[in-house]
Amino acid sequence: MEEISFASQLLQYTITGITIGSIYAMVAIGFNVIYNVTEAINFAQGEFVMLGGLVMVLFRVTLNIPVVISFPLTIMVVTVVGVLLDRLVIRPIRKPSVLSMIIATIGAAFFIKGAAMFIWGKDPFDLPPFTGRNPINFLGAVILPQSLWVVGFLVAVVITLTLFFDRTILGKALRACAVNPNASSLVGINVQYMILVSFAMSAAIGAVGGIVITPISLMEYDRGAMLAVKGFAACVLGGMGSFYGAVMGGLIIGLIESLGAGLISSGYKDAFALLVLLFVLFLKPSGLFGSAEISKIRKF
Amino acid sequence: MKLPAAREALPSGRTCGECAHCSSSSGIRFETGRDLPVKKSKNSLHLIGFGLGLLLLPWLAGHVELLGHYMDVMVFVGIYSILTISLCLLMGYAGQISLGHASFFGIGAYVSGVMTTRYGVNPWLCIPIGMGVCAIVAFVVGAPSLKLRGHYLAMATLAFCIIVTIVFNENVELTGGPDGLAFIPGLSVMGHPLDSIAKYYYLVWGFVLVTLLLSLNIIRSRIGRAMRSIHGSELAASTMGVNVSKYKIVVFVYSAALASVGGSLYAHYLNFLSPASFDLFVSIKLLIMIILGGMHSLWGAVVGAVLITFLNYEWLHYFEEAEGMIYGLIILVIMIFLPGGLVSIPGKVRSLWAK
Repeated sequence: MEEISFASQLLQYTITGITIGSIYAMVAIGFNVIYNVTEAINFAQGEFVMLGGLVMVLFRVTLNIPVVISFPLTIMVVTVVGVLLDRLVIRPIRKPSVLSMIIATIGAAFFIKGAAMFIWGKDPFDLPPFTGRNPINFLGAVILPQSLWVVGFLVAVVITLTLFFDRTILGKALRACAVNPNASSLVGINVQYMILVSFAMSAAIGAVGGIVITPISLMEYDRGAMLAVKGFAACVLGGMGSFYGAVMGGLIIGLIESLGAGLISSGYKDAFALLVLLFVLFLKPSGLFGSAEISKIRKF
Repeated sequence: MKLPAAREALPSGRTCGECAHCSSSSGIRFETGRDLPVKKSKNSLHLIGFGLGLLLLPWLAGHVELLGHYMDVMVFVGIYSILTISLCLLMGYAGQISLGHASFFGIGAYVSGVMTTRYGVNPWLCIPIGMGVCAIVAFVVGAPSLKLRGHYLAMATLAFCIIVTIVFNENVELTGGPDGLAFIPGLSVMGHPLDSIAKYYYLVWGFVLVTLLLSLNIIRSRIGRAMRSIHGSELAASTMGVNVSKYKIVVFVYSAALASVGGSLYAHYLNFLSPASFDLFVSIKLLIMIILGGMHSLWGAVVGAVLITFLNYEWLHYFEEAEGMIYGLIILVIMIFLPGGLVSIPGKVRSLWAK
């Protein structure tokens, strides 16, 4: 009896880990989209997720708009925030260096967080799940229907992005910018516009993550920083710039966190992911799936 | 951006006094405010003026009702100045970003707090112990971290900061956890307890002056020039024979040890510690202080500490709800419109005047 309950416990932690890991993967993908074009890390990435959740709460709960409409509406609002971030913060910096980009995006993150606190206050908000709250029993563990939505949306985001980068002109132009911005502008690609597109896209991806996770874990104004750090951990673990690395990294971080919290200590839950981040940074900064050669030619 | 830095790596064999002298006598003016060291005489003039002002302030506070209220804040300003001076050396001069500076502040404070309340160690002894602990932690964390650059370093120090906060929160039997650690004894000098704000004021600002003097000397020394060459370009610096990794670790450990002193003073002045005083928010506030004052100037670090501490303790009560937005705005406005910080204003005005 003991044995079985431990196994189902393990299964339960795994399910939780994959759910939360999917969100980290989405944050990591958002980091990658911007990093690939600008070689900068957007420290405000976690705030997009937070905003996604809270704006959805505003539309869905406060204004009572059905999911089918409020979902795209929320993504649009957060995308506009992403565009504004590029226009008002990133572009006006005249001499972009690593240090100034980091500080500016931290400032933007702070501003967005402060604005969210101003609008929504400090309380966490709940959102009704997309399809019922009745948990599904699965080999002694329970799966929330919303978890399936989370994983489903991660798969959808990955497929959409893969198609976008492989099949469309815009996606190919973005990839060209990632390889060499100067050469891209020589062949007629508007690099400034591509940076704008990358910010809009990563804001939209972050918003999706925020919308789908809020029914499970609630959302409050100060969630962004931790999400950003863990998403970055996922990003580094998988290798900067790689989408599949980001997905794998996100899932691994989610699993480590969930199993660590369940089996070792829940108080140190947040520390596990960060320790993994430190170890990866110290031992193999190019990540599990990245190559050292590529990381060497990066500017930053 | 890279060019002036490479140029300033060249005259490293000469003393800066000579440089400033010969450039003025030959009539050549360098426009680079941050790359050339400030003339020695001007610096000591600043220091003397600064010291006199500090001495006068308590006297003024005794006579002017309005100022008397601010003495308490001035003690905190002093403590934060020690932190910003040390962070400024690391970020502004050596160019290594750290979002974990509040952790070293916290480790110093908790070493003092825990040693005195749990083991009854003399408070004065705790200051060097805290420095030692911080130096060791900084070395262990810094040696691998400082191989990293840019974003990686920022994220590594950020992760370190969050981990340290979690450790403070979770070790309840030692640190008191989120409820905090109370009844930390104050400092006393030769049997006379420092029992008034004014006494702590002199003590803390004494430490600030020593720190400032020490750090101003460091940036004018061989180490300081090496640091700035690393900021300009690590590759160029190592080509010039600068041992890049050694200097990075040295300045990291030095700034961590200084932050620890700030932490010990904080613990003994406030007599109470809680993990929230040393979390990521505080690290970022320290960052705001140095970019507001001017990242490339130690005086800027002090200016930033004064302004942000007053903002934090006194002025922000009026718009409590908008606190985060205001800090965010300060960062953005400075980064976009005034990358050199407030200390760059006189230079800008002067160059406008010259036109």
